[in-house]
Amino acid sequence: MAKQIEQLDRVIIRFAGDSGDGMQLTGDRFTQETASFGNDLSTLPNFPAEIRAPAGTLPGVSSFQLHFADHDIVTPGDAPDVLVAMNPAALKANLGDVPKGATIIVNTDEFTKRSLAKVGYVSDPLTDGTLDGFKVSAVGLTSMTVAALADSDISKKDAQRAKNMFALGLLSWMYNRPTEGTTSFLKSKFASKPDILDANLKAFRAGWNFGETTEDFAVSYEIKPARLPSGTYRNITGNLATAYGLIAGSKRSGLPLFLGSYPITPASDILHELSKHKRFGVRTFQAEDEIAGVGAALGASFGGSLGVTTTSGPGMVLKQETVGLAVMTELPLLIVDVQRAGPSTGMPTKTEQTDLLMAMYGRNGESPVPVVAPSSPADCFDATIEATRLAVKYRTPVVVLSDGYLANGSEPWRLPDVADLPVIEPDLATEPNGPDGAYLPYLRDEDTLARPWAVPGTAGLEHRIGGIEKHAQSGDISYTPGNHDLMVRTRQAKIDAIARDIPELEVSDPTGDAEVLVLGWGGTYGSITAGVRRVRRAGGRVAQAHLRHLNPFPANLGRVLARYERVVVPEINLGQLALLLRGRFLVDVIGYNKVRGLPFKAEELAGVLQEVIDRD
Amino acid sequence: MTENPNGTGHVHDEGGLAGLRLVPKTDAPYKMKDFKSDQEVRWCPGCGDYAILAAFQSFLPQLGVPRENIVMVSGIGCSSRFPYYLSTYGVHSIHGRAPAIATGLATSRPDLSVWVITGDGDGLSIGGNHLIHALRRNVNINILLFNNRIYGLTKGQYSPTSEAGKITKSSPVGSLDHPFNPLSLALGAEAGFVARTVDSDRKHLTSVLRAAADHPGASFVEIYQNCPIFNDDAFEPLKDASSRDLRLLRMEHGEPLRLGPDRGVVAGDFGGLEVVDVARVGEERLIRHDAHREDPGYAFALSRLDRPAFEHVPIGVLRDVRRPTYDDLLNEQIEDARSERGDGDLAALLAGGDTWTVD
Repeated sequence: MAKQIEQLDRVIIRFAGDSGDGMQLTGDRFTQETASFGNDLSTLPNFPAEIRAPAGTLPGVSSFQLHFADHDIVTPGDAPDVLVAMNPAALKANLGDVPKGATIIVNTDEFTKRSLAKVGYVSDPLTDGTLDGFKVSAVGLTSMTVAALADSDISKKDAQRAKNMFALGLLSWMYNRPTEGTTSFLKSKFASKPDILDANLKAFRAGWNFGETTEDFAVSYEIKPARLPSGTYRNITGNLATAYGLIAGSKRSGLPLFLGSYPITPASDILHELSKHKRFGVRTFQAEDEIAGVGAALGASFGGSLGVTTTSGPGMVLKQETVGLAVMTELPLLIVDVQRAGPSTGMPTKTEQTDLLMAMYGRNGESPVPVVAPSSPADCFDATIEATRLAVKYRTPVVVLSDGYLANGSEPWRLPDVADLPVIEPDLATEPNGPDGAYLPYLRDEDTLARPWAVPGTAGLEHRIGGIEKHAQSGDISYTPGNHDLMVRTRQAKIDAIARDIPELEVSDPTGDAEVLVLGWGGTYGSITAGVRRVRRAGGRVAQAHLRHLNPFPANLGRVLARYERVVVPEINLGQLALLLRGRFLVDVIGYNKVRGLPFKAEELAGVLQEVIDRD
Repeated sequence: MTENPNGTGHVHDEGGLAGLRLVPKTDAPYKMKDFKSDQEVRWCPGCGDYAILAAFQSFLPQLGVPRENIVMVSGIGCSSRFPYYLSTYGVHSIHGRAPAIATGLATSRPDLSVWVITGDGDGLSIGGNHLIHALRRNVNINILLFNNRIYGLTKGQYSPTSEAGKITKSSPVGSLDHPFNPLSLALGAEAGFVARTVDSDRKHLTSVLRAAADHPGASFVEIYQNCPIFNDDAFEPLKDASSRDLRLLRMEHGEPLRLGPDRGVVAGDFGGLEVVDVARVGEERLIRHDAHREDPGYAFALSRLDRPAFEHVPIGVLRDVRRPTYDDLLNEQIEDARSERGDGDLAALLAGGDTWTVD
């Protein structure tokens, strides 16, 4: 009997299991299948900081949420329509996020007395009414996987480990996903282990076939490809897009890329990725500590490389003295801070936007630096190139504020035409610029206020720079009061003037008469946009703008703020942008702040916006 | 787009200093004065740094490399003002971080001769971590550590090389800190080149600098340097004409280890070394110095001879053992990747992985 196929416009699936169950891989594969099918999508991996917390416990639960649709979407979704729970811990940890009526697929084999007790279930939630109101599919994922592999020449343990592929096969059937990508992925991943490869392929097919034949699943679903702008797409995470942006910045500037970095969650993947691209002349240096990472990057910049360091909050703190040296020596330097929940070690795998004020002000002295924040995983590519452009053109360190959500989340990315990427002109000094053949390293360009950049090896331009205050032109040590005042103001003026060289803030205000503006920055773009769409669908009027440049602000920001009666600023911190806006523009913005280590939900923001709209 | 500035250009012929293999050479007849900058030197009168600066300026022409290919990198402290007084490229950075900054510079620019100037506080206290890691990686840099056994720029606190019990501003009843032996530390950090010299002996200082430059990879040179303000005459026993020859163990590769006319170094217990009267043991039992000995145990034993303090102080090159340098290996990986698979193609990189097309 041919099964019924139902059309849906969007689905949110969450795979949840033990850290050892391969949920991230399963989610990633389902994502790739979905991407190649042509749906729009957005993902939210969520995993513990522990590499392997004790099996079957709540701290060991790892999950991967995927939202895919036949139309343009911007978030990984608020609440799953489908939860796949590989064990009682996964069910318990995630059930609170699942609305009644949703589908829950549970692996019944793991619902043993012992496993239930481990997470504090006194009775079996599959039978005690806990799951009333949900569409529950109880499936023996482990036992069916083992049965499917009965003829395989592998241990029972290895057979059990393939259960994630069984689940992937089942879900792939349910949503009519193309499977070629997963097949070839497995073939390349297990090329050297034919037995394991065979087991995974068999489990994957068995899962698919189970869906097709069992009466437990009467319906499969189809979500048509999204109508996205034409072009070639791939799915990309924020960290990968950042790494590619750095390589692109290097290519487009002709400056060899040097990454000095110390491993830290959630930034390490940028180091891992760049270490593979030696063909691009990329030098990666895994330093002894965070300070050495940025120090080596700055040393490479002095030598004419594009010096980059990547880190997260606790590492950012350690790098700040060196960033100050880069401010003083006025050398290009990129600092990518993939923000995570703090303070101190905080919650390393959870997202937050709490490093904005540190990026702005976390150094001694007056030490302004441009701050750029990407708004989506794919946007990390463009934001990184933009940061490179500013760093090179203005001879300044630039902070890129990514975050854990952007870093690990993914979305389709329309590939740019390389020829359309900006050309970045390093304009290295080659000739003396002072009287009698002298080289004055701080004699500035009148337009940009940038100083000339002469790299070692250039004859006649030998000079010394460093952290001590220097004479406004010669760069010689100077303790003269007036000179210091001039230099402090000039360094500030140089960064402020970048406002002329960045796009004005664009406001989306379809009705043109909104009284409320919602203004965000960085990784909250998707959540805010989804919230705004809900409000507008319900007839509400709200204007939206999103800041990519946090320092300097776009030149028209003050005018934009003044146009609206009320300005809502949602942030995953306690009001850091709000503080900057109040201080700079004397606007009494309304903060909406949560620091739960997770992105905002669209519904939650829609409610907040509606409440502000409804105020008298 | 501008040319990549990192071309390596003309390189040294066979026979040049091995540590400068990838640095362009010059026939320019440099003199000492060509390496003096126009900056007024501002150390205290009588500071040992003056003598080191003069020796260094007169040594630089020996490198035979263009002035623009020499870079001095320093941290913070009196010695770290050094770069300002040389007409080369220079970075006066932040406290303790010079080895890290020099690492980035040297690994990305193999055509430069990179020198790190540091002190006992800068290099062994706040920057100790960077120092040991630069040494173990064997980055092609020369690290000159000016050891005056005191904090000078912050006005007289004890340093990590000050003797225990030292009375200073921050230790009015005596320092409780046990000092580092910089040579032992460098050897423990897997340094391939370890040497010691003295500010007041220009000839010896120059010969050690030359050996350091000749060594491909990280070279560590401790220079005993007098601070006339806060720790005057700290090394006086080694400078006084009447006592120095009895105390200085001048190491020359292949030569017997002798202290003055009567004493010499022989093998001691547990792999250690011992200073004895030559007459008692016989000339033939004296150890002939072998700076190229692979096993660092011998050099370590030499570094421990300085007990009791200043009784017999080895100076010269303790260890000069070559192994591949970090920068060479890194640049080799890049060249290999390029020769195997060609230069990276950005468009191909971006389109890697699973893609799909929307019409």
